[in-house]
Amino acid sequence: MSNASETVTSLSSETRTGVIGVHGVTKRFPGVIAVNNVSLTFHQGEVHVLLGENGAGKSTLVGILSGLQEPDDGYLSLNGKKIRLASPSASLDAGISTVFQHSMLVPTLTVLENLTLGAPWYERPPRARIAARMEELKREFALSLPLDAIVGELSLGQQQQIEIARALLRDSKVLILDEATSMLTPQGAHELGERMQKLVKSGLAVIFITHKLAEAYRYGNRISVLKQGALAGEMGPDQLKSMSEDQAVDEIVRLMFGREAGAGSTEQRNSTKRDDTVLKLENLSTQGDADVMGIADISLILQAGEIVGVAGIDGNGQKQLAEAMAGQRPLNSGRVELDGEDITSATVAQRRRKGLRYLTDDRLAEGSVAAFPISENTVLKDIGQPPFWVNGLERPQRIAQHARDLIARFSVHAPGETTPIGRLSGGNIQKVLLGRELLGEARVVVFNKPTYGLDLKNIDTSRQRISEIAERGLAVLLISTDLDELMALSDRIAVMEGGRIRGIVKNDGSGEALRLRIGRMMAGEEDYKQATA
Amino acid sequence: MTIQDDMNPVSADAETNSDGIARTVAERSAFQRVLTLTVGPILAAFLLSALILMLVGVNPLTYYGYILERSLFSGLGLQQTATRMAPLLFLCASLIIAFRAGIWNLGTDGQFLLGAVISAASAPLLVGVLPGWAVLLAGFVLAALVGAVWSLIPALLKAYQGVNEIITTLMMSFLGVLLASTLVKLVFRDPATTVPQTRTLPVEDRLPRLFDTSISSGLIWGLIAVLAVHLMMTRTAFGLRLRMVGANPLAATHAGLSVPLLTLATFGLSAGFAGLAGASEILGVAGNVRANWNPAYGLMVIPLVFLARFNGVGAIVLVFFYSALMIGSESAARRLGVPQDFTLVLVASLLICLGLGEYIDHHKRKKER
Amino acid sequence: MSGLLTEAFLSSLLTGAIVAAIPILLAGLGEQMSEKAGVLNIGIEGMMLMGAYIGFLVAFETNSLWLGFLGGILGGVLTAIVMAVLCVRLGLNQIVIGIGLTLGVEGLTALLHHFQFSRTYPRLPAPERLSIPGLTDLPVIGPSLFGRHLIVYLALIAVVVLAYLYRRTNLGMTLSAAGERPAALDVAGGNVLGIRVVAVLFTGAMAGLGGAYLANIGAGLFIPFMTGGAGFIGIVLAMLARGRPLWVLIGSLIFGAALSLTTALQVAGSNIPTDVIQMLPFAAVMLVLVLFGRRAKLPAALGAAYERGAR
Repeated sequence: MSNASETVTSLSSETRTGVIGVHGVTKRFPGVIAVNNVSLTFHQGEVHVLLGENGAGKSTLVGILSGLQEPDDGYLSLNGKKIRLASPSASLDAGISTVFQHSMLVPTLTVLENLTLGAPWYERPPRARIAARMEELKREFALSLPLDAIVGELSLGQQQQIEIARALLRDSKVLILDEATSMLTPQGAHELGERMQKLVKSGLAVIFITHKLAEAYRYGNRISVLKQGALAGEMGPDQLKSMSEDQAVDEIVRLMFGREAGAGSTEQRNSTKRDDTVLKLENLSTQGDADVMGIADISLILQAGEIVGVAGIDGNGQKQLAEAMAGQRPLNSGRVELDGEDITSATVAQRRRKGLRYLTDDRLAEGSVAAFPISENTVLKDIGQPPFWVNGLERPQRIAQHARDLIARFSVHAPGETTPIGRLSGGNIQKVLLGRELLGEARVVVFNKPTYGLDLKNIDTSRQRISEIAERGLAVLLISTDLDELMALSDRIAVMEGGRIRGIVKNDGSGEALRLRIGRMMAGEEDYKQATA
Repeated sequence: MTIQDDMNPVSADAETNSDGIARTVAERSAFQRVLTLTVGPILAAFLLSALILMLVGVNPLTYYGYILERSLFSGLGLQQTATRMAPLLFLCASLIIAFRAGIWNLGTDGQFLLGAVISAASAPLLVGVLPGWAVLLAGFVLAALVGAVWSLIPALLKAYQGVNEIITTLMMSFLGVLLASTLVKLVFRDPATTVPQTRTLPVEDRLPRLFDTSISSGLIWGLIAVLAVHLMMTRTAFGLRLRMVGANPLAATHAGLSVPLLTLATFGLSAGFAGLAGASEILGVAGNVRANWNPAYGLMVIPLVFLARFNGVGAIVLVFFYSALMIGSESAARRLGVPQDFTLVLVASLLICLGLGEYIDHHKRKKER
Repeated sequence: MSGLLTEAFLSSLLTGAIVAAIPILLAGLGEQMSEKAGVLNIGIEGMMLMGAYIGFLVAFETNSLWLGFLGGILGGVLTAIVMAVLCVRLGLNQIVIGIGLTLGVEGLTALLHHFQFSRTYPRLPAPERLSIPGLTDLPVIGPSLFGRHLIVYLALIAVVVLAYLYRRTNLGMTLSAAGERPAALDVAGGNVLGIRVVAVLFTGAMAGLGGAYLANIGAGLFIPFMTGGAGFIGIVLAMLARGRPLWVLIGSLIFGAALSLTTALQVAGSNIPTDVIQMLPFAAVMLVLVLFGRRAKLPAALGAAYERGAR
């Protein structure tokens, strides 16, 4: 299984000091150059941050280092020796462990089994040895894991700890953490930062991939900025130490976008809230089960022109709330009122026609049918409705025309309306879906993580659009895991944890204090000083 | 791509769509593509089968020549081929609905036989009671209903419990085949015959023949069924709903479609057409059902529908060639002593070779991009 | 019907149950490993039939049942190799290829059998049996439980061995990982395609052995199409057993009993048509699926080909 072929070649003395060297690596995919002639050195004892937007080439670089992909040009080196990582096992043998952005654990297996995954099949799991090692890890790195628990039942934070523990059990020399904070509370992210410092002190090299600027400065010893597949700049430890956080962030922004800071959308928007209530939720509850969290007693009022944010760690009932509002998820109890009309028993299609729209977070798996052309995807929520269908018969020209209009109006980059939507980038799919939701007379739009996974330009445009929608007098429910986004856009922020609203706070611009308060509620503390709307 | 891809039958759609996009890239190698995708695999399959024939001591040229001569180049053979197409076409209609809607209905054999038995049991009794056309209509309607009913348990289990339909339809198929045989022996047995079989529909009461030939007009109905189903699945709101459930049930729920109800509809329609296939064989050709009769067309048609990429017109073409193969090999079994089971070998090697062809093509295109 | 409870009836029922259960048990155990690893092995029916054909042929030519069993394993594995190459290595659709393989083997074995034996179906001599003094002489259960061919006991031992391997070694978890999240196994340094190929070949071996048992011990002869859905029942057993070999054993005994009722009732001179009795095992499967179908949880990646880096 191990095919890490090593050949001794004379390399520059500079690379010899590093653990891993990336030398002029280029990787092409159909239509794009994902990584373009990148050279990097990762050193022992350093948290090396790879920073960049979506599509900057971070994930491809992770893929190359973890043996999932091989570079088209260039090569890798380990301790000064040229090395080929043709498979994940070659990468592991070379001492490189990766914690991927999306959990790479088997949810149906126990923690112990996941820790031993990849071992030869005929061996018995070395339980005693692992238990002993886990005790050490607990002391050294505060990693505490129940060995016999089923992984699928653990929190995402714990799952991440399993993956880190697995890397340590393998005596890895290099640990790659890909977007490791996206599933964590602010506090959890902080703990991870401290853990990374402990790890590098014990002699590892940590490669930390993120798109969040502040994290890069706080947790990193060295920062490399990637931009459109190429290395845009690097900041060494000495340089970083001499800078304040603001200075560093300014510098990073300059490297990433070639413009000064402040262009980020952290500025709070002006409220456009009006007095008339549009949507009223009373005590919504849904059934939960082993896989899906139920929601309980959710009451919320949305006013015209208002943006209500919903904060919370992913998977705490936000999606179920959105689905219950859209009519996609049956209610155990509760009442939904739109413009004073009881729509509790209305179907998805009826709610949609009355102006209640839901933009899902799962663009590919739920929002669209990847194999269908863009044109069909623009009308998927109106199948059978005129003017696209007459007496149940499709009017292909009308649908195509509608799709072309939508493509033009929302500046979707697509070869044409017959292109399967699965071939578009995330940002462009998002535009199509948004266009679909805004068709006709919309009154309320529920956005579920609308900017997740988009690049910075598209994030800006999307946030702009959400603001405009509220300005037009529509009510907006904005579900997001990005607190900055919520604090920039919302009038009020509701915090969900365990399927309940733990508190609703007014977005009064109090910055860090508010952030802390929300963070505590995200961790499950009730907010007794609940602000009245 | 048809054979390549995951479990979901609809994923084939994805590839046909993307074919259109990749066209510009692939144009210069269009000839090579045809070679790897169709001509090559077909030749390879016939060669492979020829080897097997040589192994058992039969001259493949003689055999293939005989089949061609018997099924396509003789008037009678051609008529038999056309007649044989009718039930296969109805089965294609059945499977196109199911596969495009993402349902693996592997139980068409049972649905087919029960449809056949009910039409064989009812039609002869209705002769004289109802006008001729109404007898046939009643036979077809009953067959469709019985076929649909036989898919009810798998349908409900799939729609509301998420039980994998591959297994349930297969089990119901075995049950259906045995039940059909039991019904013939115990319930619908013609008291006038010694061999257990149903009453026989007189030749003059069967589906009319086409012009002066021996071709059953079931062929026309079968063609209509396949084309109607093809148009329904590609051109109507209902068809799009079914395809959406098949392609992405989550997206269908999100768009407000009732996935369970549409799943039930898919099963009902698909099994109904399988029932019609049985009726077309009885009311058009056989006139009665003998005990233990089971042509087992159902599983056989699955590869054909797949090779046609769920396209109605493609399915018609393939059914024509397959019918010719069947007629020819049935005759060859009598004259050359090669059992007609050999067609199974031929179709299986065709399937495998075409699958390999698609795989090679897929990887070639990947490299080109 | 008074003859129903005679010793001959019960004895033949029990004997029949075991004889009928063994092929399904072997098929079910084999399929179980494929399904755990994420391969829905619909071709198992073809593997069984090939095992029956080659198993019979070898036993007939060599006069050795044991060589026959080896031949059966070989036949099953040969068929499984096609499946492993096409569906695991090349990622072609498992269901279509599975059906194709089954049809192909049906045709091929019928063809070859026809050219060797024309329309005759030669029989093998009755198999030698284990005889445990004392136990074998017990009434009713003696001959049926303790007087069987050694292979029966080997099949039972296979249940225990597999249960042990699944629970106590990394095998079970490696298979589950390949079936639930192949990407996770891959990045952990495991070999997804490797373990899947092994699982499919094991299925072939077990199904082939089951087929050989069916032909050489069960029937004593080979008839084209003789498996008649036994492989498919193996698939159902594997699905319902949720990864536990012992449950496959229990299930196979129940189905074996239902199957053997046919012969037992004939021995008893009952006039119920055989079709009705043959429906029993399938009806039982449907009943179980209606009652417990929801719980037949299948691996998440079952039926999906794995390609590194594809999402």
